[in-house]
Order: sequence, then C-alpha cells, then structure tokens
Amino acid sequence: MAERLRVHVDPDKCQGHARCKALAPELFELDEYGNAHEAGDGTIPPGLEDKAWLAKSNCPEIAIDVIEE
Amino acid sequence: MSDVSQPAAHPPVIDWVNDFDHTDPQWTEDPFPIWEELRAASPVVHTERFLGCYMPTTYEAVREIANDTEHFSSRRIIVRDIRPEITSRNVAPPITSDPPVHKPAKQLLLPPFTPDAMKKLEPRMRAICNELIDGFIADSKVDAAARYSKYIPVQAIAHMLGIPESDSDLFINWIHMILELGIKDENKLLQAVQEMSAYFMAHIEERRSKPTDDLISYLMNAKDKEGQPLEESHVLGSLRLLLIAGIDTTWSAIGSSLWHLARTPADRERLIAEPGRIPTAVEELLRAYAPVTMAREVVKETTISGCPVKAGNMVLLSFPAANRDPKMFPDADKVVIDRRENRHAAFGLGIHRCVGSNLARMEMQVALEEWLKRIPDFRLDPAGTVTWSQGTVRGPRQLPFLLGKAM
Ligand code: SF4
Repeated sequence: MAERLRVHVDPDKCQGHARCKALAPELFELDEYGNAHEAGDGTIPPGLEDKAWLAKSNCPEIAIDVIEE
Repeated sequence: MSDVSQPAAHPPVIDWVNDFDHTDPQWTEDPFPIWEELRAASPVVHTERFLGCYMPTTYEAVREIANDTEHFSSRRIIVRDIRPEITSRNVAPPITSDPPVHKPAKQLLLPPFTPDAMKKLEPRMRAICNELIDGFIADSKVDAAARYSKYIPVQAIAHMLGIPESDSDLFINWIHMILELGIKDENKLLQAVQEMSAYFMAHIEERRSKPTDDLISYLMNAKDKEGQPLEESHVLGSLRLLLIAGIDTTWSAIGSSLWHLARTPADRERLIAEPGRIPTAVEELLRAYAPVTMAREVVKETTISGCPVKAGNMVLLSFPAANRDPKMFPDADKVVIDRRENRHAAFGLGIHRCVGSNLARMEMQVALEEWLKRIPDFRLDPAGTVTWSQGTVRGPRQLPFLLGKAM
C-alpha cells in the first residue's frame, strides 16, 4: 500500500513554463527566474492528488514526477 | 501603416510533401490539412525552397530538435529566402544564442517576467482592454484585430519598456517589416532594425541622465557574471527582441481565440457562464492556434525520428504542427476548451521556452475576460473577410465582427 505520495520537479528538465504553479499552487514554488521546485518536501496532502496529476500531465517538459513511497 | 508592399511571390506549391512553403497563400489561409498530409508522409519533410529547409511534423520530432542544441543552432531563427552573415545587428539574445552564452542572457530576462511580476501588471492590462472596448462598443461592427487584439500586447510591452504607448503604430510597422516582408526582402528588414535601434538608442541616452524603473533601465543596469555591464549591442539586441517577440505573437493568439469564439457559440456561452474556465480554455486555444513557428539551423548532420538531416539546411520548427499531432493529443483537430491533459508546445520547448509566456497568458486571459464581460454576443461579419498573417507568426490581421444579438 502506498504510504505517501510526493511530487518532484527535475530541475534539469524544468524550463519555467509555470503550468504546475498555475494548476497546483499548493504543491509548487517558483524561484526568481520562474523555475519550479516542489513546495516543502513535496508531500501531497490528501485531497490534492488530482491537482498533482493535473500538473504532471500539463508540464510541457515532462519535468514532474508523482512518486509513491 | 505606411508600408503596404507585398513580399516577392514564390511559385505556387503543387507537391506539398516535397516542396512545402510556409509562405504559400494556401498554407497561410488554412495550414491544418497541409500539416496532416505532411505528417502522414514523414516525421520530417524537406523542401528545396529557402536554400533547403526541413520541417518536423510530429510532436516527438519537434521535441527532439528543440532539445538538441548540439546539432541545431538558434543563430538563425527565421526561415527566409537568404542567409546573410551573422552580425551583432541581427542577433537578439537570448533567442538567437546557443549554449553556453544562452543561459546567462536568458537568466537576465526571466525575473521581470515571472507570474508574480505579471500579476502586478494585470490592472493596467484590464484598463487597456477596457479603453480599447470603449472605442467601439457603441458600434454594430468592428475589426477586432485592428481595433482590439493588435493594441493589447503592444501597449503592454511599451508599458514595461517605458516607451510611449502612443508609438504603438510605429512598432507594429517595424514588426510587419521584420517578420513578414523581411522573409523575402532583406532591405525592409534592415531598415526596420536600424530604425528600431535608433529609437532605442535615443531612449538609452535619455535614461543616462534620468534613470527610470522600466525594462530599458533594468537592462542598462544589469551586470554579467563578471560584474561588468552588458555591451550596448546586447542591451539593444534584447530590447529589439522584447519588442519584436512581444507584439505579433500575443496579438495573433488573442485574435485567433476571438475568431474561434465568434464561430463557436457553445464555447463562448460556456466561458461566459463559467469564467473560471477561461485559464484552461486559454491553454487549449494556445494549443489549437499556436501562433509561433521558430527555426533552427542544422549545424551538424544527425537523424531525427529516423530521418537523416544534413548541415546547412534550415529547420522550420513548427510548434503549431506539433500541437496538432493526434499521437500526442486525442482529437487534436478539435478545440476542447476543458482539455485536461495539455502539454502543448505553443511557447516552445527546451532552453528557448518563450521568456514572455507568463505575460502572454495573462494578456490572453484578461483580453478574453474583459471582452466576454462587455461583449457577450458577437459573430463573424459575413460581408467581411478574415485575413491571416504570413510566415513566422500566424494570426488574424483582419477580423470583421458584428456585435450584439443577431436580428
Ligand atoms: S510546468 Fe514543468 S517546466 Fe513548467 S515550471 Fe512547472 S515543472 Fe517547470
């Protein structure tokens, strides 16, 4: 059984399209250049799974992973 | 507009697969079936026109090229009839830069264009849209391209650069000369670039004694990694880029969106009833009517999706065609305004992702929101003609609408 769901942004792939931040503002943060990283340790709070999925499937650089731990 | 001359004619295309031409009137008018034909033939097609040019037709092939800066250079980004020497006059960093100089040039421009920075600009954008609407809302017809979509981005970028919004027509004319007429007429392009440079030089001079808090001063004060100020040619090149890239593109995207909504009452009614869907709809309109096709130059032989490409040719990197690839997007030719999975490439992919994408998105959202609030009923005027721009950027240049409920 999955214990924990986590989002992760691959910083080498991210090009700052900011789609993730627009779709799931709770799960992502942008740096001064507009590039994204996961908020906190990336843990997806219950109820935000759909937003995480939306962000993942809308990132043009395929930079976002949803990881089961 | 003072310049209404047309580019030199190319022979009409008969064999699209082996002799394509993105400046052909048939392509300009309706490129979608052409892309389908090319995609069915090969993931990469070639034409002898424009001194030799490839075009990837699938999302995958476009992605491969966009991410391959070893074999494909950005030093030339527009497919044209000639290839003049590369000089500081015709570069516009970072869009024309390759690694490793690309990254610092891009990082310089990114902070003023983050989503947060764009939020601050939003009230001014709403005011601009409403001022434009005030100008024609009492009429029963309007050319929505000439009176609305055209002026939104030009006023926005003028506001950011700190140059007079009232000079808009001047900027629009330069851009027409560079992006459309310049494909076939080198002199037009050089003339516009020179006039533009002189214009910005005058503003740079002015700010030396009277610094401001706009993008021109921002670039003048910027330091490179060694702490040195940027060379003047770099400042000028980036200013030209911001002006050129910021206008035509978003003008086209807003125009195409309004064109779609004028012809699709169901989508229009849905967005009026549920304005919260506008951001998602904007992404779909960007996918379906992506305005910008960039180019690359092949600098080293390689293969793309199994197709060999030879150095010396240009590549028409068609993000719009990638966005219509049915392998990537189910029902790719349908506009589904609440499409959930939408990794569209309208702003490019890889390191050259459009610096202004957050600005463009904000402008599109605001332009549609304000329009739909005040003009819920509109349709194409059957007595008028919709015309489309040619080449690098695609969007309606004449968009005749009838306003108000149909009789
Ligand atoms: S959508 Fe993808 S590329 Fe864009 S900021 Fe988020 S992670 Fe980065």
